[in-house]
Amino acid sequence: MQIYLPIAELPISILTVLGLSGAVGFISGLFGVGGGFLLTPLLIFLDIPPAVAVATVAAQVAGSSTTGVLTYWRRRALDFKLGTILVMGGILGTLLGVLFFNSMRRLGQLELVITLSYVTLFTIIGGLMLYDALRAMMRVRAGKPARLRRRAGTHPWWMGLPWRMRFPHSQLYCSVIPIASLAIVIGFIGAVLGVGGGFILVPALIYFFRIPTAIVVGTSLFQILMTMTGATLLHALTNQSVDIVLAILLLLGGVIGAQFGGRAARNLNVESFRLLLALLILSVGLRFAIELFIPPSEPFSVVSTEGGR
Amino acid sequence: MSRALALVAMLVVTLCAAAPLRAETLIAAMSSHQIQITSNYTGSQLTVFGVVERDGRTVARGDPYDIVVTVRGPRRMLLVREKERLGPIWINRTQRRFPDSSLFLTVASNRPLSEIISPETAQRERIGLEHAQRPRDAALDLDVTTARFQEGLIRILADKGLYTEEDRGVTFLSSTVFSAPINVPATAPTGPYEIDIVLYAGGVPLARQTTHFEVVKSGMEQRLAAGAHDLPLVYGLVTVLMALLLGWLASVVFRRD
Repeated sequence: MQIYLPIAELPISILTVLGLSGAVGFISGLFGVGGGFLLTPLLIFLDIPPAVAVATVAAQVAGSSTTGVLTYWRRRALDFKLGTILVMGGILGTLLGVLFFNSMRRLGQLELVITLSYVTLFTIIGGLMLYDALRAMMRVRAGKPARLRRRAGTHPWWMGLPWRMRFPHSQLYCSVIPIASLAIVIGFIGAVLGVGGGFILVPALIYFFRIPTAIVVGTSLFQILMTMTGATLLHALTNQSVDIVLAILLLLGGVIGAQFGGRAARNLNVESFRLLLALLILSVGLRFAIELFIPPSEPFSVVSTEGGR
Repeated sequence: MSRALALVAMLVVTLCAAAPLRAETLIAAMSSHQIQITSNYTGSQLTVFGVVERDGRTVARGDPYDIVVTVRGPRRMLLVREKERLGPIWINRTQRRFPDSSLFLTVASNRPLSEIISPETAQRERIGLEHAQRPRDAALDLDVTTARFQEGLIRILADKGLYTEEDRGVTFLSSTVFSAPINVPATAPTGPYEIDIVLYAGGVPLARQTTHFEVVKSGMEQRLAAGAHDLPLVYGLVTVLMALLLGWLASVVFRRD
């Protein structure tokens, strides 16, 4: 069954979109990532113009993270104080990212920047996480406790910088500087790559700040909800590329998928959680690396730079 | 089909009433001048009907008539990029602009173009995908690189079904009456389309006729697209609220505790 998308200007199979968004929603609910980094490339693969894909996915991510935020909030697994600082830093980072985005577009190398960033970010983050997860699993198998790298009472140097704040909910007593810097970097990357940044935020909060996984996921979803709501409005105002029909379809699949994902997360132990997230991020990075290293079957590409879209 | 017959009948009547002429004249009509896009739109088909009009003084010709129909879609600036190797990676390095290019192009004829006209005529008259792709005022000769980029452009758009060449796309119903079905795929852009019909005999152009149609969004599709452009803030707020509402609804529906 096909439906015509008014902004993307092409018909699309309803079942395909529901299936895709359902699967991505499941992953989103499971790991507390927005899922934009998976959904956007998939939609572009279905011939949806990239601008429409990025803008519409922002709306979908806002909706599906709402479900997650409510779920984690009810379970009291959401640190609003930490979330607010992340959102404020994120806004600053987004502004810087948009400036960078536009200057790279003027230079004509935007596509290369995006692909290279995907490859480096995803393979490095995914690879590090995979290494760590595997090491932890080996320890468990060897009968030793999967202990954290740092013992209680000690903390990495960046947590001891000035302006320390208490985040009782996250069991964190830490300087605001590294948290705000992290948020700025994520906002910057998010604006350039058109992703929410949950896939960076979640591992960063787990590894650098040792915040309990359940709270990391809830807080990350809160930050994503705020940024993506703003991003949807900005896209609608500046380039009119939000496709409301596509958004509804993506939301229907996404919110249902996220529900099952959120439930599955409860039955997943920390080690498997880390291993699966690492594999997911690494595979996306490798997928983009293939595009970069394998000789293309069609060296040419056509873009329409004027009119309609 | 009855509609098609009625059109042909109408054309024949017009033809009989026409003033005396020395050479052939081409009269064409279309089954529709507008394609409306609704939510279940999956592409459309139009038919061009035409009559070759001749009178008693028209010279007898040894060669049969040939018809070439060229359909050009809305014009855009097309940017073609080529991936090249830089060290171990493949990146877009060179690019060529094709200003004023159609995003949709169909060339239909009653037999292969190479049998109808010479390559020189094809180039001069802008017949065939390769020549019709260029805007009318553009230079006839392309440098080697641009020609390679144009080949890539045509190949990509042909793969998407936006550029087509139909060797048997025109059917002669009698020796002077013809029809040509035009397929407009769902991915074809909205906007004005122009149809150029040329009559040939023995490789010489005898008559030419142009007509047009347009592809427009209608109903819900049109209102949504107009809303996105005319009231962007309202459109954005509605989308966001709807997203948040659906998210909230899902958490209520699926709530177990």
